[in-house]
Amino acid sequence: MMRLPYFRYLAPRTVREAAEMLAANPRDAMLVAGGTDVLPNMKRRQQVPGTLVGLRQVAELKGITNGDGLCIGAGLTLTELVGYLKIPGPYAALRQAAVQVATPHLRNVGTLGGNLCLDTRCNYYDQNYEWRKAIDFCMKKDGKTCWVATSSPKCLAVSSTDTAPALLALGATITLVSAEKTRAMALADLYRNDGIHYLTRQPTEVLTAIDVPRLDGWRSTYWKLRRRGSFDFPVLSVAAALKLAPDGSVEAARIVLGAVASQPIEASAAAASLVGERLTDEAIARAGELAAVPARPMDNTDFTLAWRKHVTRDFVTYALRELRGDDMSKLRLSVARQLV
Amino acid sequence: MNDTKLHLIGKPRRRVDGRAKVTGQTKFADDIMLPRMLHCKLLRSSVPHARIVRIDATRALAHPGVHLALTGKDFKVPYGILPVSQDEYPLEPTHVRFVGDPVAAVIARDELTAFEALDLIEVEYEPLRTFSTPEESLEHEDPRIHEYGNQGNIHKAVSLGFGDVEKAFAGADEVFEDTFFYQGNTHLAIEQHAAVAAKDPDGKLVLWSSTQVPHYVHRALARALEMRAAHIRVVAMPNGGGFGGKCDPFNHEIVVCKAALLLDRPVKICLTREEVFYCHRGRHPVLMRFKTGVKRDGTITGVHLKTVLDGGAYGSYGVVSTFYTGALQTLTYHIPTYKFEGCRVFTNKPPCGPKRGHGTPQGRFGQEVQLDKIAEKLAIDPAELRLRIVEKPDTLTANYLQVSTTGLAECIRRVVAASDWRNRFRKLPRGRGLGLACSSYMSGAGLPIYYNEMPHSGVQLKLDRSGGVAAFCGATEIGQGSDDVLVGCVAEILGIDPMDIRSVTGDTDLTPVDLGSYSSRVTLMMGNAAIQAAERAREFLAEGVSRKLEVPKGRLVFAERRVFDAEDPAKGVSFSEAVCLAEAIFGTLGTTGSYTPPKAVARFKGSGAGPSPTYSYSAAVVEVEVNASTGWIQVTRVWIAHDIGRALNPTLARGQVEGSVYMGLGEALMEEQEFRRLPKRLSHALVHKFPSILEYKSPTALDMPEVITELVEHPDPSGPFGAKEVGQGPLLPVMPAVANAVYDAIGVRIDEVPITPEKIIKALEAKAAGKPARYGPAHFPDVPWPETLQVPPPWEGGDGKAINAPPRPSKELARKSHAPEVVQS
Ligand SMILES: Cc1cc2nc3c(=O)[nH]c(=O)nc-3n(C[C@H](O)[C@H](O)[C@H](O)COP(=O)(O)OP(=O)(O)OC[C@H]3O[C@@H](n4cnc5c(N)ncnc54)[C@H](O)[C@@H]3O)c2cc1C
Ligand code: SF4
Repeated sequence: MMRLPYFRYLAPRTVREAAEMLAANPRDAMLVAGGTDVLPNMKRRQQVPGTLVGLRQVAELKGITNGDGLCIGAGLTLTELVGYLKIPGPYAALRQAAVQVATPHLRNVGTLGGNLCLDTRCNYYDQNYEWRKAIDFCMKKDGKTCWVATSSPKCLAVSSTDTAPALLALGATITLVSAEKTRAMALADLYRNDGIHYLTRQPTEVLTAIDVPRLDGWRSTYWKLRRRGSFDFPVLSVAAALKLAPDGSVEAARIVLGAVASQPIEASAAAASLVGERLTDEAIARAGELAAVPARPMDNTDFTLAWRKHVTRDFVTYALRELRGDDMSKLRLSVARQLV
Repeated sequence: MNDTKLHLIGKPRRRVDGRAKVTGQTKFADDIMLPRMLHCKLLRSSVPHARIVRIDATRALAHPGVHLALTGKDFKVPYGILPVSQDEYPLEPTHVRFVGDPVAAVIARDELTAFEALDLIEVEYEPLRTFSTPEESLEHEDPRIHEYGNQGNIHKAVSLGFGDVEKAFAGADEVFEDTFFYQGNTHLAIEQHAAVAAKDPDGKLVLWSSTQVPHYVHRALARALEMRAAHIRVVAMPNGGGFGGKCDPFNHEIVVCKAALLLDRPVKICLTREEVFYCHRGRHPVLMRFKTGVKRDGTITGVHLKTVLDGGAYGSYGVVSTFYTGALQTLTYHIPTYKFEGCRVFTNKPPCGPKRGHGTPQGRFGQEVQLDKIAEKLAIDPAELRLRIVEKPDTLTANYLQVSTTGLAECIRRVVAASDWRNRFRKLPRGRGLGLACSSYMSGAGLPIYYNEMPHSGVQLKLDRSGGVAAFCGATEIGQGSDDVLVGCVAEILGIDPMDIRSVTGDTDLTPVDLGSYSSRVTLMMGNAAIQAAERAREFLAEGVSRKLEVPKGRLVFAERRVFDAEDPAKGVSFSEAVCLAEAIFGTLGTTGSYTPPKAVARFKGSGAGPSPTYSYSAAVVEVEVNASTGWIQVTRVWIAHDIGRALNPTLARGQVEGSVYMGLGEALMEEQEFRRLPKRLSHALVHKFPSILEYKSPTALDMPEVITELVEHPDPSGPFGAKEVGQGPLLPVMPAVANAVYDAIGVRIDEVPITPEKIIKALEAKAAGKPARYGPAHFPDVPWPETLQVPPPWEGGDGKAINAPPRPSKELARKSHAPEVVQS
């Protein structure tokens, strides 16, 4: 089997300790939570930290409270999160996203924080050392060229986290803690459209909490495209959240696309087109067309890029129809192979 | 034998190895841990096609923890599964042929150390032109990937004619011509190949390996290591799935043997998933052209099939695979004239070989999809059409395959009834559809891989005074349940419980030969051998009991662990007592049984592929839903009927059918052994697109539809208790049935697998643009076919020989090709 390289393992018990350990090894250390992303990457030598700072025993990261909105510790496992959101209400998108990550086994160890910081993915990069050697590596690790677009100055690896689009649609904010300071920011500001530098988080910062505002009057949903009913990362996802007025017209809307760029992409024009409108078939179709415009899938995931682009509008309409109240269970079963 | 006499056979039972498997106690090759054991890693070529200019492992050898480094110069003799394709070296000394071809090995104290040392081996390559497609290989004769083969990069081209197809087309009312493509795919057994080699205390060599063919591995080791075969023991560990992927002797097996001999320490290797993709030997990508003539009533007048196989970088079973793409077409429907031309080319990709259904699914896909088109054109229901033309029992086909029993018509009727076909086919709303397809498969290849006249399977029994019986057989348990079949057959004859029997299998030192778990041969061949051995044992016991009870032998019944008088069941002895009685007369008790298949009728060159003691038949109906806007496909239900002769243990038989449907749906909908070539001006790379179990898509449990299985049981005279195969046949109808269902649902033909949403959208777009409503290959390449070997079919007075057999090759040529050309699998 593939073996991990040698590394040093540090086991802090508090966020503070963890932040100090990162500060002491700024170039060499990485955090590990569930390890379902970073450990396979290390086996394939895509990431080779000399030190891993393990968050397993940091109890502070494992809380979840529902007061004035949701406050979720970054160390909560996805299984725990899904269990907590049994009656998700306006947070349905988050539950649907979390429950469709990977497989039950991986969700039992994978955390929400790890999911939000998940490395970007690419068919030329998520390969073991020998394979990457056979293509003379690529820009993201050990090489010079981007094989997806050989003239591209930047890496186009794909943001493949399921929960980020959902949390963005819900307007989440996050807290980052380093040895020096604590800062809060919109989750949207965590991401950059660059496959290598895909996070604005400093290597010395710990993501501690995710806050989702109170969303009275909102409803949300998440649709994920992948080939199979389990295991697969998203190759397109649509998170949508709407606030509806009593007369059924849209007061506010957010539509976020996942897995179409190196960061989640807000389809703002599509969302804006809905505001003030009732969710008629026409309004939904128009939003679908508009949402598909910013989707720029590349040829580095499963399925062909032309087809992923082609079905973007379909998936946006699925989401909006579901929020309108249509019974989408049959389609959901066909696409997700399960009801989520 | 009739049902009323059987006590165990035919009743659903927990398999004998079930407990060990579900409690995690089965020991697989990777579970073996021996004192002082070292670990091996292979350095594989990082370039697709090149000469090795220089290779230097000195630095690797100096790395702390490294015990040995091996390169191509440590192995002098090539090997390969077929006598005609001895074209592999354990480590390639001079010429690498694909990314993943092993060139060096490091043996170290642990895997990590070995892995790190691999990077210290210096290899200098001189790149050669890379061939990524059969078209490229057909176009360029040079450089040759191998020095042998028909010509250039053509490994094998064959042409067989059974009657005059041109005349048959002229006499047809309609002639159909279609081109199909069947994409390559791999076995994806959950267990990665692993092997441990050690010198035993006597100084002899032992190899424990996850192999389906210990006998052939044994022979390959003796050859490649230049050792006395009697001093080599190969133990086939239970396989965590095989599907044909562990049917070749492998380089890693030979390498660990060599290392263990040199170091006198146990050496283990466990391949990574990526390396398993490089071992491959999976389904050949096949481009095919079907030309079929039919009468208005659906009667077939003739079929001309041409295939081109993308063989990858080595021979493997390829010569046989080539014949198999055209061998079994004649078994299902009556085909009075038949011409088959097949050509396998080498390319710089992992070698293809036998995967479940070996060579047959590709041709079967084209045949069954074309039949669907024919039925539509002739305005005959496709089920009705097939029922009209099914081949009759006890028929010798145009290409001299002997059909004995066939339950195909009943299989069709059963799936038609169960799926409510008559009310639903072509009548469902747009987006939903039904498709039907049929197939047939061998119950064991009639010929061995190397020519010999000895049995194909042997079973020995040892009877103990305790009433316990040990059953020995070389067959390999690969998850299919062969241990259970062995024990079940013996238990039935001796009237004891399966738990009273210990099976010892797959061990070249301890067990009599069995050729291996391939070609659906084990149940039929080992089963017959087991019955013979058990009947001989019963004879001894009957003698002892008969003397004691003074009851004629013919009246004795063996059942419920007793031997008793049929006319007075109270009069009897326990089984263990029966053993004691017989032992007192004959001495300690042991018997043997063996099985040799009947001789095939056909005697033309290439006729080795196809003959079998008997054939299984299957029919399937698949129901799909297809989304017109996205092309998204969901298979909602599968009905499948399989003519198994008799299900020895129906639980296992159903498992095989359902597993086949599962694998078939994977091939139909998503599995692809795909390659990526980087832009030529920047790179030479030609790599497997994604050698990982995450991105090589194979269905999950959630993607499985409901499967309704029907077993059709009409005992076949040649099978043990009438049993035919079930391990491979039920896979075959699934892929074409999906394609036919997609057409029923949405009105476009996808003439290739996998059938993906993208292809459906492309076909729908073509249809909207007024082009043919299909997605699939348009061209069939030019191939320099050899002169057709003309074999008149039986009804034209043929005797199975070619009438224009070319002169036998000169002695010199014959010597050059190592061994007589024998073909089968
Ligand atoms: C087969 C397979 C399928 C998968 N499928 C999916 C899928 O469908 N969808 C999906 O979204 N993901 C998928 N994943 C990825 C992964 O399992 C999940 O994203 C998981 O939630 C990651 O969490 P983790 O705790 O295991 O992360 P880790 O591997 O521990 O960490 C991931 C990254 O986040 C960083 N990190 C972790 N915690 C923090 C923190 N508190 N602060 C700052 N940085 C942190 C780590 O340094 C690392 O860079 C899959 C993985 C596998 C192996
Ligand atoms: S997008 Fe380009 S640079 Fe980024 S991982 Fe893929 S091939 Fe490498």
